[in-house]
Formats: sequence, structure tokens, C-alpha cells
Amino acid sequence: MATRQTQFLARSLLTPAVGLLFIWMIVPLALTIYFSTLHYSLLDPGSEAFVGLENFRYFLTDPAFLASLENTLVLVGSVLALTIVLGIPLALLLDQPVVGRNFVRLMVIAPFFVMPTVSALVWKNLLMHPVSGLFAWLAKLVGLTPVDWFNDVPLFSVILIVAWQWLPFATLILLTALQSLDEEQKEAAEMDGASAISTFIYITLPHLARPITVVILIETIFLLTVFAEIFVTTGGGPGLQTTNIAFLIYSQALIQFDVGSASAGGLVAVVIANIVAFFLVRIVGRNLEA
Amino acid sequence: MARKSTTQRVVVSTIGAWFFGFLIFFPILWMVLASFKTELEAFAIPPSFLFFHWTTENYATVQERSDYLHHAMNSIIIAGGSTLIALLIAVPAAWSMAFSPTKRTKDILLWMLSTKMMPPVGVLVPIYLIYKTFGLLDSRIGLIFILCLGNLPIVIWMLFTYFKEIPRDILEAARMDGATIGRKLIYVLTPMAIPGLASTMLLNLILAWNEAFWTLNLSTSAAAPLTVFIASYSSPEGLFWAKLSAASTLAIAPILVLGWFSQKQLVRGLTFGAVK
Repeated sequence: MATRQTQFLARSLLTPAVGLLFIWMIVPLALTIYFSTLHYSLLDPGSEAFVGLENFRYFLTDPAFLASLENTLVLVGSVLALTIVLGIPLALLLDQPVVGRNFVRLMVIAPFFVMPTVSALVWKNLLMHPVSGLFAWLAKLVGLTPVDWFNDVPLFSVILIVAWQWLPFATLILLTALQSLDEEQKEAAEMDGASAISTFIYITLPHLARPITVVILIETIFLLTVFAEIFVTTGGGPGLQTTNIAFLIYSQALIQFDVGSASAGGLVAVVIANIVAFFLVRIVGRNLEA
Repeated sequence: MARKSTTQRVVVSTIGAWFFGFLIFFPILWMVLASFKTELEAFAIPPSFLFFHWTTENYATVQERSDYLHHAMNSIIIAGGSTLIALLIAVPAAWSMAFSPTKRTKDILLWMLSTKMMPPVGVLVPIYLIYKTFGLLDSRIGLIFILCLGNLPIVIWMLFTYFKEIPRDILEAARMDGATIGRKLIYVLTPMAIPGLASTMLLNLILAWNEAFWTLNLSTSAAAPLTVFIASYSSPEGLFWAKLSAASTLAIAPILVLGWFSQKQLVRGLTFGAVK
């Protein structure tokens, strides 16, 4: 049925998208690879020289890299854990008959649509401010000393903000999956005298395995590059305590103007992201067959 | 007995759901409330929840002092422009892959998705230098272009999943009835494609509106959208809370409403149909 003509038409419709994405992928990446082998400082123009793998050695042995790698892993891991551990009961709750469910749903998913710079500033100033933030007032109300969030527990504070933004995403996806769960299966289990807990462990949880994987993989892609929240609240500090890899590369490139080692760092980030992407593409690819 | 326990269950889960829903929504509510307070009240301890002197002066001040409308216009142009261009490129591509699939279609789709895996920070340096060379820093065109490319894979994927669900039989029937290609497009395909197009557009608008990495790094003032405008409030400490809240409320309101309308499509779009 597909004549040569329609095939030609189909291909020419596809070409612009493929071409653009190809350029978008290859040109910056090639330049990054090229810069990563140069001594290239914007403060010292004209002194570019080939240095081989020197930038990689410098970037990878820099204590800041290890610290930022650790912060990245802690940030991604904690936010994932928080959003899933809290998202499952929340989704289960919203799956129950609830009066005004649609309205509750709107409240629950709202944080996902708030731009990162806004949520960072609102949390930092209105809630977590050590003197006049709401949390400080609540702490004093029950006789506790208010926490100076961004000085005492900076990374945890960032984690809290980012988790608040992503909890709606996890909840929404888990809820969507729950609603496709076969009710009869649950009822049959109840008839057979299964407790709520074993119904959850043997029926609900296995059903949620796939959406949980999807949540983990998609969130990881976004969480690896968390930037605005750190930029606005702590600027990576105090010290390096909230510097993740994305922020480290940014500061090397646009604050210290060291293009060479920032490029090397960029490639390290690409490698880390692609390890994650490998798994995501496999899972989504499997879905394509269906 | 059974009836009673059902009522009980509804009451318990309703209270629980409303409690947690309110808890999650609270920071946004608190911000909106603060935007109607005077600076002194916004800063006050103990805080006042509802019984304060309601005022809209912050909204006026935000516009007067820092030209909110200029940045809002930038946000509209950048998010809208990048969405339109992305759709113009993506619709034909998704269309052709959905209706004339070849052996390589699946590979092409996966490859497109994989370009999204490149962390922006990995290519920040070359993009920044290219933009500097071509005078694209702090320009709307530059931001439109980069946001368009960043979202293109997601847009193509979403459209592809929608187009694939348009039943082939209908096209076949229209052909049998002697409809020309033009008439098929106008009377049969377009009406069926519009819901998918609309929700793809919405999701893309939301993503572009909130995108902060590229906007923070590639714009300063002339082309700065609301994300950057809000971030500029991070430097002066304290005593600007009410104004910050007013600016923030204005910045998120349109997209929050759009998001609420498109929540169902959001799940599909962001998971590429992997969760239904």
C-alpha cells in the first residue's frame, strides 16, 4: 500500500525534526569534547592550548568533584525515596472514595506547576527563614529552638524543597496506575479473607512496580540537573555543602570562567546521565511494542 | 453494618485526603496570602492568617518598580514561540511516523528521546560561547530556539502516541467514500487530532514557562522571562516578602491554571504513555 510517493512524503516530513535534533545533539557535544582537551580560560584569552586529558584529571581529582558527586547522589536518592515513600500512601488515599476528590487532587498536584525559582524563594523566605519564617514560629510555639535551615542543614533544606515539587508527580502517576487496577481482583482477595496489608503487598504493590520504575527513572533525569533551587537558595554553599554536579560545572564555567575543566565536567555529567538513560530507554522501548 | 463501615471509611479518607492535600498546597496558599499583606504584616511574628489588613498595593508596586509586564511579555513570547515552532516541526514528523511507520521508526523515536538525556549543563559551555559569538545572549530568539530544541523530543513523542490512536479504519472508510486527501485532512483527521494537539501544546507551554536553567544562564534583563525576574528577588534580604509574593503569584497563576486543566494528559505526556 505504501507507494514510493507516500514513502518519499513521509521521509520529507520527518527530515526537519531528525536533522535539527541531530545538529542539536552533535554540535554542542563535539564542541564540549573539543574544549575539554584545551587549556581555555575566558579570563586569559589567547592562551588556549591542547592539554590532552589534563582537564579530566583536574576535574576528577578536585575535592569539589567528589563532594558534588556525593551531594548529587544524596539529593537524587533522598528526593526519590521521599516522593515514592510518601507518594504511595497519598495515591492510595486519593484512590479511596473521598468527598471533593477532584479539588483535593488539584491541591496535591499544584506544586508541580510552580516554577522552581518561585518555590525556592517562597520556602527560603516565607517558611524557612530562621527569624520570621513560619517554621520558626511553629518551633517557638512548641518551645523548640528554631532551625537555621540553610546554615545548619543546607542540603536537607534543598532536598525538602525539591521533594515538595516532585511529590505531586509521583502521586499523580501512581494514582493513575492505581485507577487501572482491576477492582475484582481486590474484591476476590477480600472475599478470601486477605487482610488489607497482604492485599497491598501481594496485589497492589506488584501492580505499582512498573509505574514506580517509571517515576524513578524520569525523576532521576530531572533531579540529576537540579539547578534553579540551589542557585536561588544557597548558591552552592555554605562551602560546598549544597553544590551538586550541575552547579559545580556552572560555577566553573560562568563564575571561574574555566571553560576547559567545565567542559570536562560536562562530559562527566553526560556519562552519568546516559547510564540512567540506558535503563529508561529500555523500559519505555518495551512499552512501544504493546 | 456494611453500610455503616463504608460511611466511616469515606469520612476517614475524606478527612485524611483533605488534610494532606491542604498540607501540600499550603506553601502556595501562604504565598498568595502574603501577597495581600503589607510588608510589616508579611514579616510579623506571630503571623496573621486571615485577619490582616488586605491590600493590593504590592501588585501595583511590583509593576511600578520592576516592570513585571516586561518580563511577563518575555515569558509569553518565549514559551509561546518555542511551543509553536516545536509543534510546526513535530507535527509532520510525528504524523509521518504514526501513519507511515518503517522498520526504523522505533529506533528513530528512541534516539530522539535519548537527546533529552543530555544534561543541559553538559553543553552549557559551548552553547554559551556560541550565543556570545552570535550576539544571542539575552535575546528572545536565542531562548526560543534552545527551549524549542529541548522540548522537541517530548513533543514528538506525545504527538506520536496520540496520532497512533487515530483508527486507520476511519481513513480507509473515507477513502472508499471517495474523499480526496484534502477533504480527509479537514473533515476526518483534523477533528480527531485536535485534542492531542491541544494537550501537547499545554504541556509544552508549562515546561517552557517554568524552565529555569537556560533562562537563568542565557538572559539577564532584556529577554529575561519571569523565572529570572523572580530569581532577582533572592538578593535583597527580608522586607520584600509581600512584593516577592505578589510577583510570584502573578508568575505562577497562569501556568497553574493551565496545569490543572491538563493534569490527565500530563501523566501520559511525561511518561510517554508508559502509565495509563
